[in-house]
Amino acid sequence: MTDTTRKAARPDVPAAPLAPGRTEPAARRTRRRARVTPWLFLAVPLALLLTFTYAPIANMVAYSFTDWDGVSPELNWTGAENYTELLTRSELFEVFLVSGYYLVASVVQIVLALYFATVLSFDARFRNFFKGVLFFPYLINGVAIGFVFLYFFQDGGTLDSVLRLLGVESDHAWLGTPFSANTSLAGVSVWRYLGLNFVLFLGAIQSIPGELYEAAEIDGASRWQQFRYIIAPGIRPVLSLSVILSVSGSLSVFEIPYIMTGGATGTETFVIQTVKLAFQFNKTGLASAAAVVLLLIVLAVTWVQRRIVPDEKVDLV
Amino acid sequence: MNRRTALAGSIAAAVALLASACTGSGGSATGADAEAPDDPSQVKGSITVLTHRTDLVQDGTMKKYAAEFNKTYPGVTVKFEGLTDYEGEVKIRMNTENYGDVLMIPAVIEKKDYPKFFASLGTRKERSAEYRFTDYSTVDGKVYGQSPIGVVPGFVYNKKVWARAGVTDWPTTPAEFLDALKAVKAKTGAVPYYTNFKDMWPLTQWTNVNGSVSCDTKATTKLAEGDPWAEGADLRVGDTLLYDIVRGGLAEKDPTTTNWEASKPRLAKGEIATMWLGSWAVVQMRDAAKQAGADPADIGFMPFPAQKNGVFCAVASPDYQQAVNVNSDNKQAARAWIDWFTDKSGYAEANLALSPLKDAPLPDILTPYQEAGVKLLDLDDSKGAEVKSIDNSSEVGIFKPDYRQELVDLARGARKGSLDDHLAGLGERWAEARDALGS
Repeated sequence: MTDTTRKAARPDVPAAPLAPGRTEPAARRTRRRARVTPWLFLAVPLALLLTFTYAPIANMVAYSFTDWDGVSPELNWTGAENYTELLTRSELFEVFLVSGYYLVASVVQIVLALYFATVLSFDARFRNFFKGVLFFPYLINGVAIGFVFLYFFQDGGTLDSVLRLLGVESDHAWLGTPFSANTSLAGVSVWRYLGLNFVLFLGAIQSIPGELYEAAEIDGASRWQQFRYIIAPGIRPVLSLSVILSVSGSLSVFEIPYIMTGGATGTETFVIQTVKLAFQFNKTGLASAAAVVLLLIVLAVTWVQRRIVPDEKVDLV
Repeated sequence: MNRRTALAGSIAAAVALLASACTGSGGSATGADAEAPDDPSQVKGSITVLTHRTDLVQDGTMKKYAAEFNKTYPGVTVKFEGLTDYEGEVKIRMNTENYGDVLMIPAVIEKKDYPKFFASLGTRKERSAEYRFTDYSTVDGKVYGQSPIGVVPGFVYNKKVWARAGVTDWPTTPAEFLDALKAVKAKTGAVPYYTNFKDMWPLTQWTNVNGSVSCDTKATTKLAEGDPWAEGADLRVGDTLLYDIVRGGLAEKDPTTTNWEASKPRLAKGEIATMWLGSWAVVQMRDAAKQAGADPADIGFMPFPAQKNGVFCAVASPDYQQAVNVNSDNKQAARAWIDWFTDKSGYAEANLALSPLKDAPLPDILTPYQEAGVKLLDLDDSKGAEVKSIDNSSEVGIFKPDYRQELVDLARGARKGSLDDHLAGLGERWAEARDALGS
């Protein structure tokens, strides 16, 4: 990311030969200006990045070594005490079991996205319309989605009405039991993020040169064979990116369960638990430590994944 | 490569600077007093009042109060800032010095920190002669806040529905109460009890049962020193009643998708029979009744079904307490506002609430209480801060919704375990936290 911006931001130094009358210092000045200019362009985004991303993270890490309660002007350095407490309280990590639901859901999500991306990359009727339909949920604010689906799952709500139209009389409390609630919430999450995966896959598929398909068709390859030997290897980097995003996403689910159930009925995720520690029980220090631990877990998972599935250069031709 | 390390170094340095700059506030003004002005006409200045009553700011009621206030204090300009997420926003602002001149003390501030954030309104001795609730904000003999209204917890119920079920007298024991709810379910088809599970805070109201069962002014001290879930303790009696209501199928069918705003007209229309809330909710229910075309007089209010020596007890407790910012430049003007708002504004009457003045008459909604001889109790809150610390440290959360949500889940079978084990577990965590805090 940074590299591309830097390249783009650095203006080309004019290659014109020095004018005859120009003195040496002026040329140096130009060169110096050329060196400073990209930084001038970068100053604003860098300042924003520092203030709103790195400074809060540094603050959070600092708080994780204190007993701060979030408001008191006093805070005491407690060393690694918060981390010891976290790691010795196994019940704080039980909530990761909930992530299992979202992990399963993200497998479903990736498979579905892949399916739709493949189908819609070929000539299908109303192609653009369906692309829009699939991508649309991703554009809606997560909080709004939470509220909408609350009505959807309500007793006698949208889902029950639709089922009744189809002749199924359902008296099920969708958010009533831990299994049902987590499944419903994971379903909402699939609905929301399917579009993002879909667009990523579609972009990757469309970057595969068209003549490959033509050649394959002439050779008599079926659609499945085209997918298996052209599309699948062609989008591998994007696929592995999607998997990383899904895994880290499943570990840090927040908005949807927080808005819809607030973590009740066994739907509490690690982030919800952290928020509760910080803002209900005023243990900002401990919660910061929990956030740091989550960050480390996500990094570790990503690293392991990259180890198992290294990012190879793909060469289709 | 070199340049990159240099850059990384400077970023780290900048971050470290920022980090140290963002933490904590000065608190240099600790221990200041906000004295009441002697001559109202001499008070000058402009004050900002932070309030959670955004509705009153928007409909201009607050402006009317300010205009009334200016008749006595012509030199003071009062501005209001209504905050929807009051707790969340004020908590963050209290890390700076800029949190208005007058504000409601957020629940998150620990009592021992009051002197760092607020200016004292006087000693407990002189204030308690005149006002209720002084205990709740007293630190080292000095009072830091004053609630403009008092609330009394109780069941808000639809009289018509209860009458149709054949229950006209207030139940005096939890068992009688359960029978009454069963009668409501059998005879009227209304939802006997509505938990408001999804909106969470209505469940926290159940902690206000504390004191109503034992009729003991030292109920809060008992929380700090004993096991709140011991056999016969106030919280256990309350929690057991809630458990039995849900267990017996007397609550709404799907608690996970409840809706507070929608529940108000439903209670007014008699689709819901009962909710455990507080006296403050009666006004809202009556408004909802008017809007829904039902009769506001149907909304009734009854105490917790427990009697001590044949008498019901109800606890009077403060709402948000108003305090003066210790960093304020106009402490006199701010103090004048609090005094005027508490004594003369008529805010308590307008909200049909209990007045914070000890000699004021009871509001209309509490007249049935008076007639039935319900004893109004002022709890001793000297251990209130300890209770909060234990509560946070143990992560039980008696003032937070989670623990009662778990209780409701337990009762309706969405969570495995027995009530006794659950409450015993809470008691254990409570005791552990108390020991750890060394109190």
